[in-house]
Amino acid sequence: MQVKEYKPLIVAFCCNWCSYAGADLAGNNRLNYPADVKIIRVPCSCRVNPMFILRAFQRGADGVIICGCHPGDCHYTSGNYYTRRRMAALFSMLDYLGIERERTRVEWVSAAEGAKFAATMNDFAEKVAALGENKRLEDLRCKR
Amino acid sequence: MQRIGVFVCWCGSNIAGTVDVVAVAEALKNEPGVVFSTNYQYMCSQAGQDMIKQAVAEHKLTGIVVCSCSPRMHEATFRKTAAAAGLNPYMVEIANIREQCSWVHKDMVTGTEKAIILGKAAVAKVNLNAPLTPGESPVTKRALVIGGGIAGIQTALDIADAGFPVDIVEKLPTIGGKMAQLDKTFPTLDCAACILTPKMVDVAQNDKIRIFSYSEVAEIKGFVGNFDVKIKKKARYVNEDICTGCGACVEKCPMKKVPNEFNLGMDNRHAIYIPFAQAVPKVATIDPNACNMLKNGKCGLCAKVCAAGAIDYKQKDQIIEEKYGAIVVATGFNPISMDKFDEFAYNQSKDVITSLEFERLTNAAGPTAGKLLRPSDLEHPHTIVFVQCVGSRCDSCAEKGKEYCSKICCMYTAKHAMLTRDKYPDTEVYVFYIDVRTPGKNFDEFYRRAVEEYGVHYIKGMVGKVTPEGKKLKVQASDLIANKQLHIDADLVVLAAAIEPDKTARPLATMLTASMDTNDFFTEAHPKLRPVESPTAGVFLSGACQGPKDIPETVSQAGAAASKVIGLLAKDKLTGNPCIASSNELMCNGCSACEKVCPYGAITYENKEFRMPDRTTKIRRVASVNPAVCQGCGACTVACPSGAMDLRGFSSAQIMAEVDAICK
Amino acid sequence: MQKITRDQLVEKAVSLLEAGTVSAVLGWKKGEFDYDITPALFKSAEEIKELFVWNDFCGANFSKYLVAKAPKQEGKLLVFLKPCDTYSFNQLLTEHRFDREKVYAVGIGCEGMADIDKVKAICGDGIVSINCGEKMAVGTIYNDAETLIDYADVLAERCVNCKSKKHVAYDELMGDDGEVIDSDRFDEVARIEAMTPDERFEFWQDQLSRCIRCNACRDACPACTCEKCVFDNPKSGVENKAPANSFEEKMFHIIRAFHVAGRCTDCGECSRVCPQNIPLHLLNRKFIKDINEFYGDYQAGAEVGSRAPLVNYTTEDLEPSEVFDRRDTNA
Repeated sequence: MQVKEYKPLIVAFCCNWCSYAGADLAGNNRLNYPADVKIIRVPCSCRVNPMFILRAFQRGADGVIICGCHPGDCHYTSGNYYTRRRMAALFSMLDYLGIERERTRVEWVSAAEGAKFAATMNDFAEKVAALGENKRLEDLRCKR
Repeated sequence: MQRIGVFVCWCGSNIAGTVDVVAVAEALKNEPGVVFSTNYQYMCSQAGQDMIKQAVAEHKLTGIVVCSCSPRMHEATFRKTAAAAGLNPYMVEIANIREQCSWVHKDMVTGTEKAIILGKAAVAKVNLNAPLTPGESPVTKRALVIGGGIAGIQTALDIADAGFPVDIVEKLPTIGGKMAQLDKTFPTLDCAACILTPKMVDVAQNDKIRIFSYSEVAEIKGFVGNFDVKIKKKARYVNEDICTGCGACVEKCPMKKVPNEFNLGMDNRHAIYIPFAQAVPKVATIDPNACNMLKNGKCGLCAKVCAAGAIDYKQKDQIIEEKYGAIVVATGFNPISMDKFDEFAYNQSKDVITSLEFERLTNAAGPTAGKLLRPSDLEHPHTIVFVQCVGSRCDSCAEKGKEYCSKICCMYTAKHAMLTRDKYPDTEVYVFYIDVRTPGKNFDEFYRRAVEEYGVHYIKGMVGKVTPEGKKLKVQASDLIANKQLHIDADLVVLAAAIEPDKTARPLATMLTASMDTNDFFTEAHPKLRPVESPTAGVFLSGACQGPKDIPETVSQAGAAASKVIGLLAKDKLTGNPCIASSNELMCNGCSACEKVCPYGAITYENKEFRMPDRTTKIRRVASVNPAVCQGCGACTVACPSGAMDLRGFSSAQIMAEVDAICK
Repeated sequence: MQKITRDQLVEKAVSLLEAGTVSAVLGWKKGEFDYDITPALFKSAEEIKELFVWNDFCGANFSKYLVAKAPKQEGKLLVFLKPCDTYSFNQLLTEHRFDREKVYAVGIGCEGMADIDKVKAICGDGIVSINCGEKMAVGTIYNDAETLIDYADVLAERCVNCKSKKHVAYDELMGDDGEVIDSDRFDEVARIEAMTPDERFEFWQDQLSRCIRCNACRDACPACTCEKCVFDNPKSGVENKAPANSFEEKMFHIIRAFHVAGRCTDCGECSRVCPQNIPLHLLNRKFIKDINEFYGDYQAGAEVGSRAPLVNYTTEDLEPSEVFDRRDTNA
């Protein structure tokens, strides 16, 4: 039997104005990060509904990260402030239910922070990989 | 079901070097909805775009996925291509397989695998795309400027100069604002009135500009391009159209003991008054709190002497309704109250004054006709102490003052000190400061002249206490550089009071749904890139209502705000961003959560009649999004508890389809 | 035992109805058993005199019923509100879910409601009668004599940890108004927080795996008044997928708790109605506790028109990453 090497699956929601541009900059500068990270573009981090995060875990994601503009720099002035509150509450709840803390993260990455984007993704992927497969929020029907 | 075409770009070797583009095109062929899939060296080239157009026609495509560089690079290009091919431009999605794939991964297998997944996510999204059309709304070609200080005056002149009508609403009987009260201006020392009053006259004579003085904004409805505003013109009991401003009424008025606001209460005016000689409009105003005729019907002298017959004791407040395309806020600033600063004895001694009061004392039109005299005994002061940062940069005393730097005080204090030494060389002048901040053209040179040429004693340190003792003011202070306590017997103490936004700004911000910071300064749409726009579309910021500013900065911001207004009014109609929020009325609870989080005030509520399944009708409160105002952030979509609010172009279903495709 | 008597409430209801102040009355009536009291809409004095019930099992919070029932009345609808119910009442007003003009609210004092499971634990199954006198007298098919129970021994958890005896909304008050109480309601949440992640996971896995997705919690919850619930809406992509599996159970309860976060008044109806006795209020209370700790004390429904913390912000809010650091240092 062939043992498949475990690769985590990471969904990254990036706001269009800062973090998605930061990810582009990481590309421009050829800064490596694991291919396990797949980016979904949203207009603002405040567009990310907790439902999307649970959906990702259900469908087999091992980690979900939300990236937005730094507080105070939101293109829409206040979107990321709402993100900050919502995700603080949601992550605390997931932790309360015994879901590993390292599987979720919010990080502020500006359009100028390509290096931070790559470093963040490397670090996040490493932490998620160390946890192994997401068992606590999996849906067996969605197993690959 | 969509008919989707997939176009995989090589970007020369940029993508093809790390991603097997042929394999990607091949893999995506089998995705649901995909009817055509190909690859090409440079998709963004004319040949590449032609290829897309041809495929749209040949395969009757309804949607397009381009696997290429970042959408921030060429999304607009491919949307135009789609439009040229007869498709709705919003039926295009980009899979970013360059910046976020080929450029960050090293080997072909990994790169290809990820590119396929990103392509699948884009296909999944396009399957749920719907054609989007930007909304259009007309533009009323008239601007409203709220505040008639130098900021409002300059903005109005610039807008009128471009040919658009402008109305200025000023709460006082005359325009001119704080600048009209100043004596000289730094760093060139021109007299404020000499450079301001010609501009005031320009405003009065400009047939594109209307001045509503002694008026307030009572109500603002509508949105960018289409504001409906109610202006309350307060009764001044004088018919503005007839009054010639001759001043005969003022001379005859027996009520002579009304504190004169223009001179900050340092002298008196009459119950009927013209604030100052160059007032615009130059008409009299009756102060209803002081006028005997208005209070108890006894007097009527002014009416008797008015040759023009302009006095009208029966005048009532009047509401004027007007439509505007753009609104400029120029509500300005005021020095903060000194009531909480007991240590400086402001309320104990008449000889402790604020810097603005000092301006009036040195102004030729002021209470002392320009002679620098102590307010208490009208004697010439020989020792003057200026105290900087009174209430500014208060970290620990935030309840008394402000945490921010008021920005203008260092320079005007240098000006006051220099002018005092220039006119009265026998006067000793001390300035106590935390830091001297002089970043501006010719500012530092100006300050150094005060120190070097005029011998002003600049002392780093704060004044701890001022105690009136006999005719003197005992000033106790610390000199931080010499590290010693100082005691100065001063004749006059001048406090550089922090400045704060005018009190009318907060209720105005509420009416405008424009955001403010914790200090009640208006917030910019972007602190660096959109400094004269409010996040609320169609609302612009001019002058100190946005933050402390000196005159040159105010004037340049006023011009910038005007140019933004002109840009807006030059358009016949506004085309919106079609990727905006919309509410499903059948699911909306009417709870107002979305309204609370919307940074633009784009959401309003209305009561609508619905037919229920049991054939009865029910009136429900439902949200409606103004497409001209919504910017499409999506904050409301998550705040909405019922899921009624969704975002076009980034719908929940689309994002979840992307999640599913990535995680499959 | 309740200080306010059934007769007082009946008299009040009848007089308001006969005076024309109200056209209908939202009250309680007996269900199949003496302890499963159900909400009822009374339209005549006769009905009220015959069927109206008020005893220690009248736990149902009527606020939610106003959303559907108030618009349908010709005149005003009379509603009796216990102190905790008034918070839900205000919260629904804040959310514009009913017209205040259509409602006549009578606040009634409450001594706390009984938990039938605690009663059964004392006297066993087979209850055939309950009489709420000085003591609670319970008759069962297995015992000849009635078992006499102290009310304190069977007080529902939410009433043991009662957060307020104060009525925050009413047109008229019967009995005395109380005070907001500094309760120990967050102790149980803190106990779970103090567990290891594995223990927490075990705990909730055990609890939530009992969920049968009957939706009773949602249906009773005064914060769950959506015109169309996402879990009932096939277009939402997350509609009810009974029979539930482990993910669906968690998903449903996490989303529901988040849905009511900042709006939940902690009335405890979810746990009261759960047929599987899942302590669902501990999810909502977790959000309330977090919100209080992160953003300052906030009680949903304490006043009409207040802005819920999750639709608000300050520029100085703590970061999601700091949430855990903070708890770890506190612990």
